Amino acid sequence: MAELNVGDQVPGLNVTPDKYLPHRYAGASGDFNPIHIDREFATMVGLPSNILHGLYSMGLVARANAALAGGDPRALKRLSVQFRGMGMPEQEIAVSGTVKSVDGGRVVVDTVATQGETAIIKNAEAEIEL
Amino acid sequence: MTIKTDAVGKEWPGTTYQVGREKIKEYANALGIDNPVHFDVEAARAAGFRDVVAPPMFAVVYSGPALGPVLFDPEVEMNFAAMVHGGQEFQWGEPVCSGDEITTGSKCLSIEERDGKGFYVFETVSVNQDGAEVVRGTWTNIVRGV
Repeated sequence: MAELNVGDQVPGLNVTPDKYLPHRYAGASGDFNPIHIDREFATMVGLPSNILHGLYSMGLVARANAALAGGDPRALKRLSVQFRGMGMPEQEIAVSGTVKSVDGGRVVVDTVATQGETAIIKNAEAEIEL
Repeated sequence: MTIKTDAVGKEWPGTTYQVGREKIKEYANALGIDNPVHFDVEAARAAGFRDVVAPPMFAVVYSGPALGPVLFDPEVEMNFAAMVHGGQEFQWGEPVCSGDEITTGSKCLSIEERDGKGFYVFETVSVNQDGAEVVRGTWTNIVRGV
């Protein structure tokens, strides 16, 4: 991969989680909170529909950043995120990042995940060893 | 109402998780991660791992359960109905592979009230069977209207 410099945009990731993704993620992660998998329950507690797991969206941010190192699971050293708007199934998630600092082989990438106009993950900072 | 802060500094004993190949595969599939090191033991070994290796965010699978008893601890007294997951950080150490046995202990770092909201910050530290740290997690939960 070409050398990264401060201010560079890194390759993004676009994923549209299908209707059943929250169920598969619930099974994979063990988080069966009904706001993620039961539309009726979710609307009853005032949500627009069942919503994505925040940690699923964080997983996509991790995947996008690991991709900068060819997907090597050893490359991602630190990831810190703030959860903001709710993520919805069946809507495209766009993960994008900008290089914040470069120190030898350690690169820090500022990352955001959005659905349309809504930022679902903000101020994500990934430290990657390249 | 003043927020209850008795639990600050409290530590909870470790929970143990046995990492397996099929669970790693299930997690990688849910996230759409297709690197063969997460699926195929030969590919993982060729890349220098002991066995099929977990994606970094698989940390939620083995460290998340440690927070169960923490969130339900009466000393913490958290109002779940008004709770949202506000922020998360992980710092990774040794890679986690199938066959590893990961033990995760938890600690309450801080409980603070700001703008009518309660900020509860917990730390989990996960170590493998050799005592090597594999991940350190910082979990921030926000409770509205405390």
